[in-house]
Amino acid sequence: MPVLKADFGACQGYANCVDAAPDVYDIDDDGVVVLLKEEISDEERPRIEEAARSCPVSALMIEDA
Amino acid sequence: MSRTVVVVGSSIGGVRAAQALRSEGFDGRVVLVGEEAQAPYDKPPLSKQFLAGEWDADRTLLLSEEAAERAGIELRLGVAATRLDVAGRQVLLADGSRLDYDAVVIATGAAARPSPWRPGSGVHVVRTLQDSQALQADLQHDGPVVVVGGGFIGAEVAGTARGLGREVTVVDPLPTPIGRVVGPEIGRYFTELHHRHGVSTRFGVGVEEITGSAGDLRVRLTDGTELPAGTVVVGIGAVPNDGWLADSGVPIDNGVLCDEYSRAVDAPDVYAIGDVARWFHPGHREHVRVEHWTNAVEQGMCAAHNITHPDDLRSYRPVEYVWSDQYDWKAQIVGRPTRGTRHELVGDLAGEKPRAAALYTDDTGRLCGAVTVNWPKALAQSRRLVTEGATFDDAMARVSALPPPAARPAPVPAAGGRP
Repeated sequence: MPVLKADFGACQGYANCVDAAPDVYDIDDDGVVVLLKEEISDEERPRIEEAARSCPVSALMIEDA
Repeated sequence: MSRTVVVVGSSIGGVRAAQALRSEGFDGRVVLVGEEAQAPYDKPPLSKQFLAGEWDADRTLLLSEEAAERAGIELRLGVAATRLDVAGRQVLLADGSRLDYDAVVIATGAAARPSPWRPGSGVHVVRTLQDSQALQADLQHDGPVVVVGGGFIGAEVAGTARGLGREVTVVDPLPTPIGRVVGPEIGRYFTELHHRHGVSTRFGVGVEEITGSAGDLRVRLTDGTELPAGTVVVGIGAVPNDGWLADSGVPIDNGVLCDEYSRAVDAPDVYAIGDVARWFHPGHREHVRVEHWTNAVEQGMCAAHNITHPDDLRSYRPVEYVWSDQYDWKAQIVGRPTRGTRHELVGDLAGEKPRAAALYTDDTGRLCGAVTVNWPKALAQSRRLVTEGATFDDAMARVSALPPPAARPAPVPAAGGRP
């Protein structure tokens, strides 16, 4: 199963990920990304991949478990 | 037979479109054409971290050769597209070669509007990596910096130059330049932000003439005053890079004219995305051209979907979103604030590192836009509310109910953080 990763130190709170995939990404009160899931299915990977690529500071990664 | 998609333009929109073709399951040939020879890079840092010398060029990299190879994206860099032959389905390149396509994505972006003032030297624009490098070199010298244009680029460059210790003056013919985007009242807070950081503004005054050369320039304003400058930066907007399409038959009107699916009007299998596209926005019921980073990414992904799934066309109807990092402000703007007839402020924009959100409504009573400062949570909330068509009253209640942020801990590596 593909695994979600985030570089919390790099996150700048631009929030594109939250807009693109609100079921997977959220943002906390301090403006830092929150991962709502650790793993995603292969079927949803394309959509989450595009959400991750909408991060302006490339703070989101999807890795193969 | 395998299909070929040629993506023309190797900045953020083109790169993300090429990658999205693969995510969408396109299994034909993908060719990415770029005029600049270096690997595709990202532009937002060019007025900020890269210009300040905090980041090197590697941190602006969008797509390495290895990543392109892994994704099956053929790179044709350092060669500009010079013509589009719609009937023959070919992109002509500056080196005389031709690329056959089944679909083409025009992602050539926009260029900095050139300075109408041409002294001997010392006048910069900031658009490309090379521009930013040249300006960075001149900012090492002590002389005062005059920034012409008080929009986002001008304001960010002013903040960076100030951070490097330069004496900075921003000039703009509008009385509140950022007011073009956020309205005059909130715009005035952006002006105060300059002053609080020791940057002078001359707003409501134009530039008549710039004379001299690098290190010894004089900027004469329309009110007769003269500002001495070592370096001048001109940030007066951008113009779409659509000149190469002039004889293609693709309709051009301040950008490539597209339908709601980002397809060029009357030019089959030609798509345009990002700064160079002027498409019909079905939500706004008008053609719009948007020069924001997020728009280039989202429109690239939408076009990639439409190319890969022609039986499941998606119309492109984004809610506008742009950010600008200036001094100690992270400003985030969603929707169309200037279409509003009134706004209300949650929080306070005065003082050091403020946190606030301005919500805008029009005559319909809906939330039409929001401007947040140092408050990403309120931005994310407002963005969703604009998308959902929430009422202004509902939006005010929800944003007001957000908890105040705890102080963000000092940047020590947290779990999963940068090692």
